[in-house]
Amino acid sequence: MNNSRPAYIDGRRVYIIDTGRTPFLKAQGKPGPFRASDLAVSVGKALLARQPFGPQALDELIIGCVIPGPDEVNIARLVALRLGCGKQMPAWTVQRNCGSGMQAIDSAAMSIAYDRADLVLAGGTEAMSHAPVLLPPQAVALLGDWRQARSSAEKLRLLARLRPAHFRPVFGLLQGLIDPVVNLSMGQTAEELARRFAISRQEMDAFSVESHRRLAHAEDQGWLGEIEPLYAPDGRVFDHDDGVRRDSSLERLARLKPAFDPPFGLVTAGNSAQVSDGAALLLLASARAVRQYKLPVLGRIIDCTWAGLEPAQMGLGPVHAMAPLLLRQRLTPAEIDYWEINEAFAAQVLACQAAWQSDAYAREELGLEQGFSAIPPERLNVDGGAVALGHPVGSSGARIVLHLLQILQRNGARRGLASLCIGGGQGGAMLLESGGENGHEQ
Amino acid sequence: MSSDNYSYRHWRSERDESGVVRLTLDRADSGTNSLSQEVLGELEQLLTVVEATPPRALVICSGKRSGFIAGADVNEFSAISSPAAALQLIRRGQEIMTRIEALPLPTIALIHGFCLGGGLELALACRYRIVSIDPSTRLGFPEIQLGIHPGFGGTLRSIRQVGPLTALEMMLTGRTLGAAQARKIGLVDFAVPERQLENALQGLLAKPPAIRQLPPAERMAGLALFRTPVALFLRRNVAKKADPRHYPAPYALIDLWRGFRGDAAANFTAEAGSVARLITTDSSRNLVRVFQLQERLKSLGKIDSGRPQAVHVVGGGVMGGDIAIWCALQGLTVTIQDLDKARLGQVVKRGQALFIRVLKERRAIEAALDRLLPDPAGHGVARADLVIEAIFENASAKQALFTKLEPQLRPGAILASNTSSIPLEELAECLQRPERLVGLHFFNPVDRMQLVEVVGMASSDPEVLARAAAFVLAIKRLPLPVRSSPGFLVNRVLMPYLLEAVTLVEEGVSPVVIDRAATGFGMPLGPVRLADAVGLDICLSVAGIFARHFATKVPARLQELVAAGRLGRKSGLGFYDYRGKESKASPGNSIPAEIGDRIMLRLLNEAVACRRERVVADSDLLDAGVIFGSGFAPFRGGPLQHIAAVGATTCVARLAELEQKHGSRFTPDPGWQELIRQQEKP
Repeated sequence: MNNSRPAYIDGRRVYIIDTGRTPFLKAQGKPGPFRASDLAVSVGKALLARQPFGPQALDELIIGCVIPGPDEVNIARLVALRLGCGKQMPAWTVQRNCGSGMQAIDSAAMSIAYDRADLVLAGGTEAMSHAPVLLPPQAVALLGDWRQARSSAEKLRLLARLRPAHFRPVFGLLQGLIDPVVNLSMGQTAEELARRFAISRQEMDAFSVESHRRLAHAEDQGWLGEIEPLYAPDGRVFDHDDGVRRDSSLERLARLKPAFDPPFGLVTAGNSAQVSDGAALLLLASARAVRQYKLPVLGRIIDCTWAGLEPAQMGLGPVHAMAPLLLRQRLTPAEIDYWEINEAFAAQVLACQAAWQSDAYAREELGLEQGFSAIPPERLNVDGGAVALGHPVGSSGARIVLHLLQILQRNGARRGLASLCIGGGQGGAMLLESGGENGHEQ
Repeated sequence: MSSDNYSYRHWRSERDESGVVRLTLDRADSGTNSLSQEVLGELEQLLTVVEATPPRALVICSGKRSGFIAGADVNEFSAISSPAAALQLIRRGQEIMTRIEALPLPTIALIHGFCLGGGLELALACRYRIVSIDPSTRLGFPEIQLGIHPGFGGTLRSIRQVGPLTALEMMLTGRTLGAAQARKIGLVDFAVPERQLENALQGLLAKPPAIRQLPPAERMAGLALFRTPVALFLRRNVAKKADPRHYPAPYALIDLWRGFRGDAAANFTAEAGSVARLITTDSSRNLVRVFQLQERLKSLGKIDSGRPQAVHVVGGGVMGGDIAIWCALQGLTVTIQDLDKARLGQVVKRGQALFIRVLKERRAIEAALDRLLPDPAGHGVARADLVIEAIFENASAKQALFTKLEPQLRPGAILASNTSSIPLEELAECLQRPERLVGLHFFNPVDRMQLVEVVGMASSDPEVLARAAAFVLAIKRLPLPVRSSPGFLVNRVLMPYLLEAVTLVEEGVSPVVIDRAATGFGMPLGPVRLADAVGLDICLSVAGIFARHFATKVPARLQELVAAGRLGRKSGLGFYDYRGKESKASPGNSIPAEIGDRIMLRLLNEAVACRRERVVADSDLLDAGVIFGSGFAPFRGGPLQHIAAVGATTCVARLAELEQKHGSRFTPDPGWQELIRQQEKP
């Protein structure tokens, strides 16, 4: 170990033992076949079934989830009990919007680093197709009065107050995708970045076509072994990401209308992340657990940083999170073998690349002398990203980490950096190394 | 709290400060409460005390976790020698219930768990009933399954409480009710969570609930004017399921109700007389025997050591999938392995359907599905306590699988095969440690067939066999230990019966006539229809294997049908046509006796051969296996019991006649001689 230092300072090492995820299923405009807890349980039980220890050997389970169902409040605890981890095992849920899955891994890593736990199952789950549809507040108020009404006359008066507006549903998902402070939808923040960095519609669409192409290629090559099939109670089996479009092309994408700033906007459904259902989990262990159960080590979690920025520019979160991480680890971009930046929007990833190497941005926004060397496109999101396979918000942070590890292993590479932007104006970044104790180190 | 001075073995009597007396039944000699003569005797004494110094209220409850009272003590039934003796016992029970009913104070039954038969009659003699809403709470009258009906005043009191339509339906079917249903029909006054039982009792004492009115339909059905048509309607329904010559009890119950008049004492006398007659019939005695055989099979699975928790099933076809589903339903963690993910999807789908049907409650269904893991890669093998192979019937495929599985097994794991036709010894050849291989032969459909044959070889480890039987009991099936030999017990006994039926078809006899001869004997399904249901291809393959071992002939007709793609119900066409609406062809009036004799005697002859060869340890186990594995007429008590009733000599004489006429397949097995000697002994 010459130029890297552990970030969980003075802490124990954190090993990745096993990973798995569900296929990401595109939301079809109505509740999909699996709830958020079903997704996490499904991948969790497949992952635990192949361990040399039982579910009860876990010390903790941490799940990132943005919109658990109304009956899944502390969804991690529900998942833990459904997995048979036992009533004694604590479990908790974290919520940092799009960063939730990564936050769960960070929290798990800290539990291990600081000797609070030896075996932790962590990750994210999200069933966006199950996001609640609500009544408008005035309708809820009327319902409240109705329940308290004593006489029929009173009830009749309340009925007379009913207006069509009372029946207009509020889509929880859409509400969640609007920044409450700057009052911009996530898509509109991407439009902001497109203007700031002069990103054209064609660049966005080209990026998206490439994302689909890369994912399809990875699928064909059998590089998505991380997927654990989902079995629906109606007998259907889902074993691949269903958002990928092999027929995606610039011409097709060009036909789509702007989704957020009509009629002149540039961001469309085609160059944005898809709305999907999915879960991704990682099994983390201390050296003690690795020895005790003779566990195979896939890699290590080295460091994680979180950063805040202007909410209207939330898409640049990765730049703000990755920069301090590299500085702290005294690493240069050239020492990172592979990169993942979650594709919330094509425009947003392109903007991150531009900001990353911009001296002006570095000076004005990051307080650095100069920008970083560019992230080579052939090293970034090499198997495609959320534009092609979807962005179940709570899970994506875990998915990019586990898939980055796959990429490192496949290429015999050492270091990877996974990052994502977070609605509300934050960014998160996580540094990984593949291999175990005696792999690439020392 | 104070106890009266008299000491009781089975009951506790306590009087609290408020003057409420609580009688707690906690049978000293059993884990389950039942109304034995001793229990009833003590209750009589307790009632004398209560009558002498009436408390503010009387509460009757159970000291057992498992439940309230399971009914009369069935083991005492066999001691009843005559209708007169039966009558005496029944009158005694009736009198006790009448004394409880007559107490001039509130009487309350506090019920959790099962409350069946005599237990429910006791609860109905109380003025009020409070039950726990726990899923384990079940109330009902299972007497009909023993060939009798309630006799401690339960017919009258249940009819008075919930009306004749509901009460008779309960008693005729033996169906048990959960707490919510029992509350809904008015059988009980309150159904509350267990934590509220005591509060409900106090609340009831403070403010007794009003007497419930019967719904209009129930009141009308009870009127003399409607009673005859209602009784006729009930008889017609019962006749669809039970032949009055074989099962007289339901008919007796309907007649009893029809004869009820305003005079309660006369009604009780009629009830007692009816049960006294029924309990001494052969039908009832054999049904009681079936119940006892069931308890015997259960006892074979009762061991303390190592009940499997994790089960791995290889093969996602109908049998493998259904075994996995059943295990998950019964609380085990199950991995099911198959290369074909679509088949695994179908397993999950069938599982969901069964879980919904059985469990009903959403959380329980979800938990059962969570326990069932499709495992295409077979990761579950290394963690399983029991690995069950259920792939297609091919010895070398199974051996190849075992060779792959064995090194992955954990040290204490049991390896099982669901084979029905390949000798276990042959499969064991490929194993390093053959002593941990057992056969677990499930029957199709797994969720309805209670029996599982636990197949052992000479080289099997007895502890492994015991643990396999414990597993079978743990998943609420009945384990039957059998020796590894072709067909084991059930298929071996059934096969000649099926083949004889096919031979009869070849001779030109209509399948309807053959099946009617079998159902007339009391079989649940005729042999031709059974062959269609099993699948003619499977029948043919099993028949082929039998032909190798027992020098039987495979009927040409079977081969022709299979060659023509007529595989039975699953292909829509077999001996019968299943494609359209089922036709109800009439077999005509008279069925020649020889048809029934030919199919049944071949079955009996094979049963005698199995007994002689010790395929199972004793005659009782043989009867049990054939009844629970094939549905053999329960009221006849099993093939050997039936032979004893008819007389072994008579059977052999008839076999010899048939042998003259039809050849060697009717040659009486040498085993008959021993049966004849036994019967000749005084």
